[in-house]
Amino acid sequence: MTGALGAGILQLAVVAAGAPLLRGLTRTLKARLVGRRGPGPLQPYRDLGKLLGKEAVVSSTTSWIFRVTPYVLAATMLVAALVVPVVVARPPLGFAGNAILLMALFVLGTFFLALAGLDAGSAFGGMGSSREVAVAALAEPTVILAIFALAMRAGTIDLGGVVERLGDEPALALSPGHLMAFAAFFIVMLAETGRLPVDNPATHLELTMIHEAMVLEYSGRYLALVEWASAMKLFLFLSLLANLFLPWGVPSATTPAALGLGAVVLAGKLLVLAAALALIETTVAKLRLFRVPELLAGSFVLALLSVTTVFLLR
Amino acid sequence: MSTLVYGFAVLGSLVAAAVGIHGLAGGTWTLVAPGLLPLGGFAIAMDRLGGFFLTLVAAAAAPVSLYAIDYDRGARRGLLAYLAFLGAMALVPLAANAMTFLVAWELMSLASWLLVGREPGTSRPAWAYAVMTHAGFACVLAGMLLLGARAGSLAFADWRAVAPALDGTTRSVVFVLLALGFASKAGAIPLHVWLPLAHPAAPSHVSALMSGVMVKLGVYGLLRAGLEWLVPGPVWWAAAVLLAGVASALVGVLYTLVERDLKRLLAFSTIENVGIVLIGVGAGMVFRAEGLGALAALALVAALYHAANHAAFKALLFLGAGSVLHATGTRSLDACGGLVKRMPWTAAAFLLGSVAIAGLPPLNGFVSEWLTFQALLQNLRLPRPELNLLFAVALAGLALTVGLAAAAFVRAFGITFLALPRSEAAAGAHEAPPLMRAGMVATALGCVALALGVTWIVSGLAAVVEPLAGAAPPLAVQAWGTVDVGQGFAALSMPVVGVALALALAAPLVALRLAGARRDRRTYETWGCGRMLQTARMEYTAASFASPFKRVFDFFYRPDRRVDVRAHAESRFFVEATTYASPTRSIFDDWLYGPVGRAIGQATTVARTIQSGHPNLYLAYILAALVAMLVLG
Repeated sequence: MTGALGAGILQLAVVAAGAPLLRGLTRTLKARLVGRRGPGPLQPYRDLGKLLGKEAVVSSTTSWIFRVTPYVLAATMLVAALVVPVVVARPPLGFAGNAILLMALFVLGTFFLALAGLDAGSAFGGMGSSREVAVAALAEPTVILAIFALAMRAGTIDLGGVVERLGDEPALALSPGHLMAFAAFFIVMLAETGRLPVDNPATHLELTMIHEAMVLEYSGRYLALVEWASAMKLFLFLSLLANLFLPWGVPSATTPAALGLGAVVLAGKLLVLAAALALIETTVAKLRLFRVPELLAGSFVLALLSVTTVFLLR
Repeated sequence: MSTLVYGFAVLGSLVAAAVGIHGLAGGTWTLVAPGLLPLGGFAIAMDRLGGFFLTLVAAAAAPVSLYAIDYDRGARRGLLAYLAFLGAMALVPLAANAMTFLVAWELMSLASWLLVGREPGTSRPAWAYAVMTHAGFACVLAGMLLLGARAGSLAFADWRAVAPALDGTTRSVVFVLLALGFASKAGAIPLHVWLPLAHPAAPSHVSALMSGVMVKLGVYGLLRAGLEWLVPGPVWWAAAVLLAGVASALVGVLYTLVERDLKRLLAFSTIENVGIVLIGVGAGMVFRAEGLGALAALALVAALYHAANHAAFKALLFLGAGSVLHATGTRSLDACGGLVKRMPWTAAAFLLGSVAIAGLPPLNGFVSEWLTFQALLQNLRLPRPELNLLFAVALAGLALTVGLAAAAFVRAFGITFLALPRSEAAAGAHEAPPLMRAGMVATALGCVALALGVTWIVSGLAAVVEPLAGAAPPLAVQAWGTVDVGQGFAALSMPVVGVALALALAAPLVALRLAGARRDRRTYETWGCGRMLQTARMEYTAASFASPFKRVFDFFYRPDRRVDVRAHAESRFFVEATTYASPTRSIFDDWLYGPVGRAIGQATTVARTIQSGHPNLYLAYILAALVAMLVLG
């Protein structure tokens, strides 16, 4: 019990405190890859600190939904941090839900953020909301099929169970079906966390952006919460990819030594994935909005193929 | 008078709910009055399945009737029809023979038809409803008479014993007839066309019952037919139901996404949710046909759970839409806006209903959709590759449906309630009167209770579906309110999720305080690129919000885009007026109902030639018919 509690606190701390670092690291790597010096990896912490010291300006058109949304968004990510295997295979709230709960938590955050985008009555916010929910909805079938492909190999849909099963039999993680599921899930991650080629996290040109358009009205501590939550979302997605598809060194035990090892291994895997993300973002251009469904359809086909290989190979 | 009638309906519903819960808990009784009806007499019997549906009807009818006291105050027409409608709906799940069932079924249709046609300007929806509901009734009647004739009895209890001895063709003909009739009542694709016409035309409290409850009785009929009267059935029946479910869910949600009339939008979303229920029913029938009784029971638990949940949140949403209509006089999304400040209770209730219907935690829609996903995922225990592929398609279809439903209800709530009001009527809106609020709060509490009480509900439903599936579902209740599916395959604990979300909501508040964040707030106008004035005309509308979906799914919507720019006579650079329209065309109207309707029209034109209107001619027809019968007999 105390072990589980310790693991829970550690996971929350790692996700909450590590998320801005991961984001900063990706930015620094991206800058270096295109030959700029760029800000250091600690810049997101400075940004958050600055935002916390600023007064929040709220549009007179908005209602309580606009003010509540940043808290809902942060809350969904914090609960998700207790469901995803981050530093330990069996996270404390792993018993309370599984991959479907996780995806539903992300959609809950998106749902409220999209409402907040509409709340100010500006066309930018509405544009961002409408695009964000469209991308999120189209990514959903891929997620479910990729999860299904994993669950069929592991015999459970419980995320911890999948990670442990793959840890026992690492050869499974190199099967073609598994690799296809990985590719599908990676594309979904790009779409869900608003990365290139679906959305550009660095743009502030109103007509091309999705996520940034939605949060245009936020400022001060509200913006800090929104930024923090979206950094946590990226961190959680990358941890999930790391532990589901590179399932080595995720401890099942909750002793301090095992947890410490888990954290170190996780850091290594996240560094690899962050480098891959930075490399992709520097080599591809943003897709036109109406080409995005084609990308997601491609990821869907990959996931469907992954499921089919399980039926064929069993 | 109306207060008295609706008050009586509330009390009657509470009594009926108690009776239903007694049946749900296992109480059985029968009531027979042979003289009341011909051909077998009036007979009703209570079992767990009937008890479940009676509870569903009554539990939805009580808050809806309470709401109607204020909503329909002073109404003189349709009160008796309302009571008859409630009574017939309560009778349908209890009927124990074909005669009683058919009378109750027809009474339900007629009473709701009267209510659909109550308001002025509703003659077309009422007509469409009458045609479709009677086509469905004819199918049910034919199916039941055929089965009754072969079985030699009209009592339902006898059918189950006789069915296995019937030949396959007869059973399939009976099943197809019954399934068509029941599916048309449930609003399954492609028999759904009446639903988005009739449900919005009725007064809002009646819409709530038609969408929330009446369509479920179609599902009830399908369950009895497919899993009780005609077992064991071939697997293609089940696959057809599953595919109809997927198609209904997807088509329903796609129309929900682009609809601009609030009540029609909710009616389309009913088609979607019936689709989700039918996915559960179809999956259950597949597992049953393949001899996997326990998995069948799991799928049926998911289906019934979703039926109950949909009754709660769809009633809530229709009551919310009724309050909007009551306050603004309009059902158009584009004429609303800004209502969250003018109608805080209605807005909060509608938001809760939207979160629930979008299948998001911690509310009830999430629980039943989660269970449906688990039931579909269990197909990995089914060693039939073609069925596995069917289930993979169903999984993907359900996932897309759930994602699109979230988008559709962001749009429905966001455009109706947020930002600036888009019309005078919306700007002058007022909050709903107390009893209307009470009805909404009661259904909202129902949504919360259906989510948090998951452990009790799945245990109760497991007993309901056991006779249908032939086995108990692989569900186990564990510590911390956890429901375990398939011995460790998956688990869910709604109480823990709810508490965790509540605590996590408070965590950022504490974190901000600890981090020393500033706590002041300044109110200013919306940022507009330096533009001076923010007006409601600059807001995103229902049509613009749906535009990405129209483009992505243009093969389905087949939208027309019409832009008319009228320029000034002197110069084409001075625009006087611009009109923009982007109507979608219905595949079902163009490719199915249009041709069928034209064919019927032509056939009646031909048939008219024998109708001259002269009495002598008709006497001659009678004589000819008599002679023909004598000769042939």
